[in-house]
Amino acid sequence: MIWQQQSPKQLFPNILIFDMARIVGIDLGTTNSLVAYMKDGQPCVVPDRNGRTMVPSVVALTDNGLIVGDSAKEHLTRNPERTVYSVKRFMGKGLADVQDELVYFPYHVTETGGVIRIRLGQKSYSPPQVSAMILKELKLRAEASLGESITKAVITVPAYFNDSQRQATKDAGLIAGLEVLRIINEPTAASLAYGLQQKTQGTIAVYDFGGGTFDISILKLKDGIFEVLATSGDTHLGGDDLDRVLVDLFIGDIRDRYGIDVSRYPDHMQTVRLEAERAKIRLSDELKTKITIELPEDKGRFTRELTRDQLESLVAGIIERTLAPCRIALKDAGLTPKNIDEVVLVGGSTRMPLVRQRVEALFGKQPHCHLNPDEVVALGAAVQADILSGGTTDMLLLDVTPLSLGIETMGGVMSSLIRRNTTIPASAKEMFTTYVDGQTGVDIHILQGERELVKDNRSLAQFRLKVPPLPAGVPRIEVTFLIDANGILNVTATDMRTAKSQSIEVKPSYGLSDTEVERMIEDSFKFAAEDVTARKLIEARLDAEALIKTTDKSLLEAGHLISEKDADDIRTSLSQLSTAKNGIDSRVIRAHMAELEQTAKHLNVMMLDHSLKKSLQGKKVSEVS
Amino acid sequence: MGYTPCRLLLMDNQQSPPHPDTRRQLQMARSMCWHCQSEVTGEYFCDRCVKVQPVSKETDYFTCLGFPRRLLLDPQKLEAKFYELSRTFHPDFYQTKSADEQTISLSNAAVLNTAYRTLRDSIQRAEYLLALETGSVKDIRTSPPADLFEEILDLQDTLEEYRASERDSDQGHRLRATLQTEQEALERRKEGMEAQLRQLFADWDKLQDAGEATSLARVERDRILKEMRDLLSNRTYVNNIVNDLAATIA
Ligand SMILES: Nc1ncnc2c1ncn2[C@@H]1O[C@H](COP(=O)(O)OP(=O)(O)OP(=O)(O)O)[C@@H](O)[C@H]1O
Ligand SMILES: [Mg+2]
Repeated sequence: MIWQQQSPKQLFPNILIFDMARIVGIDLGTTNSLVAYMKDGQPCVVPDRNGRTMVPSVVALTDNGLIVGDSAKEHLTRNPERTVYSVKRFMGKGLADVQDELVYFPYHVTETGGVIRIRLGQKSYSPPQVSAMILKELKLRAEASLGESITKAVITVPAYFNDSQRQATKDAGLIAGLEVLRIINEPTAASLAYGLQQKTQGTIAVYDFGGGTFDISILKLKDGIFEVLATSGDTHLGGDDLDRVLVDLFIGDIRDRYGIDVSRYPDHMQTVRLEAERAKIRLSDELKTKITIELPEDKGRFTRELTRDQLESLVAGIIERTLAPCRIALKDAGLTPKNIDEVVLVGGSTRMPLVRQRVEALFGKQPHCHLNPDEVVALGAAVQADILSGGTTDMLLLDVTPLSLGIETMGGVMSSLIRRNTTIPASAKEMFTTYVDGQTGVDIHILQGERELVKDNRSLAQFRLKVPPLPAGVPRIEVTFLIDANGILNVTATDMRTAKSQSIEVKPSYGLSDTEVERMIEDSFKFAAEDVTARKLIEARLDAEALIKTTDKSLLEAGHLISEKDADDIRTSLSQLSTAKNGIDSRVIRAHMAELEQTAKHLNVMMLDHSLKKSLQGKKVSEVS
Repeated sequence: MGYTPCRLLLMDNQQSPPHPDTRRQLQMARSMCWHCQSEVTGEYFCDRCVKVQPVSKETDYFTCLGFPRRLLLDPQKLEAKFYELSRTFHPDFYQTKSADEQTISLSNAAVLNTAYRTLRDSIQRAEYLLALETGSVKDIRTSPPADLFEEILDLQDTLEEYRASERDSDQGHRLRATLQTEQEALERRKEGMEAQLRQLFADWDKLQDAGEATSLARVERDRILKEMRDLLSNRTYVNNIVNDLAATIA
């Protein structure tokens, strides 16, 4: 047989494939999130006004409303019950799944309809809604930077995310007003960015150890095809878990030394957690560090030393847990460590020397760490976005489903339909019939997991197939289970006797129903206008505060260098801005800020001079010129 | 739950292979473009409106990947064809197209992936070919092949004993060592079967290449298929036991 291959482009080279609206790539991380896009064939991350590319995945409810990112992070210790972090750990989960770790979270978590809800003030939010707030922040950031409205995105998820977690991420996008064109796996996204940069061929292992999740993916790179051979991981294993070991250590120390149970003070718990994380990060560069924590009830401050050796012996077990999935992935790919040409490190936690050592020991080669482990996933998402919009045409990612998909059969046993590590899109067909005369329905329970028994696997959804009432065994209903390129399951059923397909109403086991998502989208749009106003106000206030602070400081240091009248004018403007700052109109605040900047112009010049002179003091003239 | 599902025809995830006769008839029927209704002569795109066409339900995996029904396929060539067709069908390249085209691309890509997964593995490939040629489902052996009967019975006893014993006792160590030797022996046996299978694969390919329609050729064809069928089911049986053993003593 002759294979005539004609793609539309080959046939009509002169036809312009119409331009699509820009698609951005988003890394929605446990700790940090980023947005990136493709610019002249190269992916780049969108920074904020201060040049920072990472948005902390933190949402806080303040008196002025909801805030996201760096400013929300400040509320972790000030306002712990109303500041949500690491919400990704709750995506697509029920309360029972996270029971063990709830003690570590200061905010209030409950469950309604199989979905976790997080209490913030008077309202409860599902994890997709909280994630949507982070996504909106990224959307705004991209819109401000690119000067156009952004409505389409590719969002990354841990490769080992199950169907419910992927669906929850998609819901988050919808609620944020984004059409999620693709859910793409984080390690494979990283491989796209890596491949674009390195132009290598061969077999690579991407080891992604972030804040909340661990993934390993093994890929074959050949002629622009990125074929995932196997994936494994643990969606509940990350830097957060390392921090917890230190938190427990410090809490124990404090209890022994001061008889205080810090875990009873949510704000101090956050201080301990943040200090634990900072100490951990410092120990990636230093061999020893000092920890200082303010104690509750004015009991003074707790200090201690921690060495890298101590940290490493405490967390060695956790890091070891990343190696089992690596071995499984190698085995599933039919490879040994020797077959891996390069190991690529992704995620902040791979900066730990011990992690690098263990990875190097397992694969027997030094890992590649020339990529920015914080940004590479977002960059890869931008590459995938460009592929979808028709920009990049030479690269193609062939990913796999990380978990086996099956249905419940007699005796509570799972029967597998699509095995893990099957290339997606993947489909399986099953024929069903009845075993009682006149039976009008067949109940189907869909599962994901590798275990034998239904109860040990993840329940995804249940639905009832409608069957015409006929003698037992006569009906023939064909059900197609299709895992699409997002790794998300689609189910369709056809009555083979009438060739009619039936719509299936699937009740997700751990997810929002369609109507609930719709309502949340509506809510989010209804509040969008208010949100923008509120947000502008919050920003204006923050900026005003900063301006007042620096002007005060300049007055203090260089006030003697300007005329008394100028100084008085500045003081008047200052107090006017202070009053305006407490108002609710951001435009008024901005106007007063502009005024203050004008009156303080001279002062600022003098201040600059002054500090320049100060910094030169004691230096020889020869050093200056 | 009201009713536990009653499934029919467990086909090991494969699409049911069409009966050879209906397949031929269907291939002869002219296919029409779903979009502009003109006749499609090319493989996957309409000559007139350039819309992607669904891979027919009747297309077998060999045809889908553009290979003749042979059993010794060059993995490099297979992969190259798979990559090429992935570039043709993958949903990534249909994002800007109509909803219908997106649906076709999705299901074509799924069929392609199944086809490649089946043909990539020489055992699965042979099982699939067997199903195509004989129109029957692969048979699953539940009792040991005759020549292995005694050995397997003994092995099962040892396994029972091992499961009941203290792992760290002398007896445990001894039984473990026995099982290990047994495992190696079975693995060698499996390799032997695979070597025999490869010979049969070569025989099959030679017969197909010759393309003779003599009665002698028919007899030879039936011999190959029959032997292959027996060997495949025996091999699967031994393979399962080896995996079981490995899991138990791991
Ligand atoms: N120098 C460092 N040494 C050790 N750990 C670090 C270092 N820098 C960052 N981390 C840790 O990396 C984690 C954050 O990494 P990253 O931003 O890759 O995660 P994320 O993408 O938000 O999470 P995930 O991918 O799991 O959803 C945090 O736990 C942080 O403490
Ligand atoms: Mg990450």
